[in-house]
This record gives sequence, C-alpha cells and structure tokens, in this order.
Amino acid sequence: MSVNKLGKFAVIGLSAAWIVGCASSATDTDSSTVSEDATSEEVVEDTAENSDQAFGAGDDGSLTSVIVEDAAEEAVDKMASLVGVETVFYFDFDKSIVRPESREALAKHAEYLVLNPEARIVLEGHADERGTREYNMALGERRAKAISRYLTIQGVAASQIETVSFGEEVPVAFGHEDSAWQLNRRVEVRYE
Amino acid sequence: MMFRKWLTAVFTCLMFMSTAKAQLVIEITSGADQLLPIAIVPFGYEGVDALPEDIAQIVENDLARSGLFQPIPRANMLSMPSVEKDVFYRDWRLLKSDYVVIGTVEKLPNEKYRIGFELLNVLGQKPVQKHASIDIGPQNFRDAAHYISDKVYELLTGTKGAFSTRILYVTAEGDRAAPQFKLQVADADGHRPQVVVESKEPILSPSWSRDGRDIAYVMFRNRRPNIFIQKLATGERQQIAQFRGLNGAPAWSPDGKKLALVLSKDNNPEIYTLEIATQKLERMTNHYSIDTEPSWEPDGKGIVFTSDRGGNPQIYRLDVNSKRVERVTFEGDLNTRASMTPDGRYLVTVQKNDGNYHIALQDMKTGRVQILTETYLDESPSIAPNGSMVMYATTYKGKGILAVVSVDGLVKYRLPSADGDVREPSWSPYFK
Repeated sequence: MSVNKLGKFAVIGLSAAWIVGCASSATDTDSSTVSEDATSEEVVEDTAENSDQAFGAGDDGSLTSVIVEDAAEEAVDKMASLVGVETVFYFDFDKSIVRPESREALAKHAEYLVLNPEARIVLEGHADERGTREYNMALGERRAKAISRYLTIQGVAASQIETVSFGEEVPVAFGHEDSAWQLNRRVEVRYE
Repeated sequence: MMFRKWLTAVFTCLMFMSTAKAQLVIEITSGADQLLPIAIVPFGYEGVDALPEDIAQIVENDLARSGLFQPIPRANMLSMPSVEKDVFYRDWRLLKSDYVVIGTVEKLPNEKYRIGFELLNVLGQKPVQKHASIDIGPQNFRDAAHYISDKVYELLTGTKGAFSTRILYVTAEGDRAAPQFKLQVADADGHRPQVVVESKEPILSPSWSRDGRDIAYVMFRNRRPNIFIQKLATGERQQIAQFRGLNGAPAWSPDGKKLALVLSKDNNPEIYTLEIATQKLERMTNHYSIDTEPSWEPDGKGIVFTSDRGGNPQIYRLDVNSKRVERVTFEGDLNTRASMTPDGRYLVTVQKNDGNYHIALQDMKTGRVQILTETYLDESPSIAPNGSMVMYATTYKGKGILAVVSVDGLVKYRLPSADGDVREPSWSPYFK
C-alpha cells in the first residue's frame, strides 16, 4: 500500500521533473547551459579520499548529479522521484534570496525529504570571487540557510539538513566576468 | 690587485645569477620620487669555492624594493672596495651616491663564513655603521643579507627594517577544477618557499602568532571547514574548532593567549575568542547579521571586524572588555577585512567603490581615507610588522598573485608566481 503510493508519487514526480527541466531551460538563460545535461542521475560514491572529485566534472559549470554516499540499489530506487530534479540553485550578487525559478525543484526535494525522514542532505553554499574570502564564507552560508529555510517551511525536519559554506574557494566557472560569477553564486544540494 | 678582486666579484656574481632560482620574482611597478642613492658594492671574497649567494645583490634588491633607495648599478661603479681604507669617497661623489655599503666574506675553517660589512656616508667621508661581522653557516647567506639590509634601513630611515620577516600564503596548483592547495611559508622577498600544509580541500585565512612560532589557518576536511594551529618548526598540529557551520578567520591576540575566530554554531556568524590553554570559548558579538574577519588592535583592547548589520558590510570596533560595538568606516560602498598598523594610526581595509575592490587606508585620527591600489579584485591585505608596506592578493592576467604597496601608496610591486594561483598573504611579526 505505502510502497504503491510511493511508486505513484515517484512517477508523478518524475514527469513533473521533466516538465520543470524543460521549462527552466527554455526560460532561464543563466542556467540553460547547466540544465542541458541534467536529465540523468549519476551516483557518485563520496568518501573522504575522493571528496574533491565530486567537483571534477564541473568544467562547464554543471554539477547537477545527485550524490549518494551509499550507492545501494535500494537507495537509487527510493530516489527515483528526484531524477532530473535540479540540485544547484543560483543567487543574485550579494543576495541570499531564493529565486522564483528555484521553487519547483526545491519543492521536489522537500517532498522527498518529508517522505523519507531518514534521508539527510548537506546544502553547500558558494560565492563568487569578488569580495574577501571570509566574508564570502559567511555569504555562502547565508545562501545555504536560505535554501534550508525554504525546505523547513515545507515540512522538512531541521535535523535532516546541514548547511556548509565553501565561500569562493570552490568555483565551477573560472572566468572573471558576470557569466562565470553567476554560475559560482550557488547552493548545491548533496544527499548524504 | 684591485682588478683581480673586481674580476672575482664579477665571476661570483655571474655564478649566482645562473644558480639563483626564485619562486616569486619581484617586479617594481612604480616608485617614490625622492629616492636615496646608495651603492652596495659586491662583497670582497678571497676564496676559490663559489659562494651560495651574492649578499650585496640581495641587500641591493631589499633596499630597492623598499621604494626608498636608488641603488647605483654595479656596471657604473668606478671601484669595488671591500674595506674602508680602499674607499675613494670622490669616486662615489661623482656617481652621486650618498651612501656606500661595503663588506667581506671570509671562509672559516669550520665550514662557517664570516660576513663583515660597514655603511659609509659619502659626504661626511666616514662610517655610519663601523665594521661589524657575523658568522654564519652556508645555508644562512640570505639571512645575513637581510640582516644587513635591516641594519642599513634602520640607520638611514629611523624605522626598523622588515627584510628578515617571512610571509605565509596559499597556492592553488594544477587542474583548476580540482586544484592542490598548499599553505607555504617564504622569506618576505618570496625566496626559500616551503610547503607547510598540502590538501585537496581548500585552505584559507593563515595567521601568525605574535612570536612567529605558531600559525593558525582554516582547512576543509571532509567538506567542512576546521581551524588548526600548527607549530611552524615541527609541523605539530592541533585542531581547535570543529563546530557545525562556519569555523573561520582565526586571529591571534597580541599577548598570544587567545584566538579570535568566527563560528556560526549558534545560527549565524559571530565573533568568539578562544583561550588556547584552557579552550575557554567566549562569544563576543550578538547580532543576526554577518559578523566576521576579526583583527586585534595592537594593544589587544579592541577587535575590528566586518559586519553587514548596517545593510552593507562595513568595519566595526568591538571593545573586548565591555563588548560594546561602534562603527568605524563610513566611506565607500563597502569595507571588509580590516587590520590596524602596529602604531594604531591607520586602518587598512578592502573597499569597494563603483564595483572595484581596492586596498584602502583610513587615518584613525583624521578619518581621511586614501585608496592605495589600482589593481583588480584586491583582497587579503596584510601589514608588514614595521607598518611600512601592505601585501595583498590581486588578479593579474587572469591569475591570483601577490602584490605590495607602501602605506603612502607611492611604492608598488608584485610578486608573480611560476604556476597556479597565489592568495591569502600573511606577513609575519618580527622574529625574536
């Protein structure tokens, strides 16, 4: 019964994710390059030894894979509702306000987290290179907390969420212009 | 006789040029108008074995870099005396050199060297610094040179030299998407770099203890920031803050007993102090805004820090006893990462104006603000212990590099690195 319900939900979630994915790539020029290859889920094993590798594929500013600590089959099945759902959310300069276009994908994460109270996420906040490093650490955290608040308002338990900031230390785009800075001002959702 | 000496000097000089390899090369971009002409004559050496370093050349580079001196080129020198009795003062008057530094290197039987030097006043025709000597090992030639530079600088300017100090900085090398982070320590002129910590995860905010023996820094581990303190000599390391959220911006108190740091364990970034011996943690600020980048005033009574409690980031001063907070900066779109000169007279910040980030200097008496730099994306200013220069990080040709500006804004030079990004400079105190 409950399994059936979850399955149904997953199917709805999946198709919704497709729609959201297409809609956002059509309307949002900033993140269009990012969403292009965001349709398949990758499972990356996250260990202390290779913790940096999660960012290795970020040359074009994309880091859209859902990262799962334990790559068991069961976990993959459970996360089916998150296939194709954005895991990177962007911010305006010196701002930590969740953009309207982020809401649908965040709602998907919230639904998943509410249905799976044992699931844990880390929200990793980032800033662009402008300004000082420690201030950017604080700014990255403020952005991660903004996403965290958005999720808790939708019923996610605070205990499921950890916020961490990388400041300007881990950029995904390396230019010194607006387009690169935009890709770096972000929060990444990482499933533990 | 003199010619032979001269030949030896030229020969040894050439030797050094080919062997000297610097990680960071000094490039002077502009200088002050009124420079004091000084000749640093190649030091006399009677030995046959090549010397590890050209002491006179290092002294010349040090003094040139200070922006206060105009060294006379070796090629113009009419003679190269190494003891005072061989000095013809009129030769140096002709070259319009106000001062002359001469010296000798003598190999001692026990693998040591005796370095002798004196500083002569050309117009007065007499020594300012009479012959003095120091005995060193072959690995200490650069130390001896910086010691001589400090002496000359102090005798002629009245200010203690900072040539014997060191710098900490962070490099990010290799694949930009997955760089290798290295915390390095080097001489203030960028020579003799040594890696202190290396990690695949970011390192930032290095800071010196007041005696220069210990360092503190932030390093990520398992994707979370932690604060470490480390003994520079032994590498012995201690993790001192590993709270949920931010663990950042460590800054040693002037008495060396406490660290100011930033934690967000109680929800948002606040300034704390940690007594190192007892691990006693005390919360110093209490505001829902960002409070970060603490830096102690020289007397330890106050901490200046960045806060956006007024809307955009500006510098505030926290009284350590009363915990009372007052705003310090009012000019510019924002001010961050403040620190005070050792005499407490000036506040150095990163100021943003019309979208540009530059190093600014605020006179604490008059409130007057001067923008010192015109480079791109300037950050992380760190003041020399004699208060004469500010080293900072900037972006040049798309790369992170270190640059230096004098507190009067007249002297500027950059320290380009061979590979990777260089950032987060931290100038050491004087070593006791």
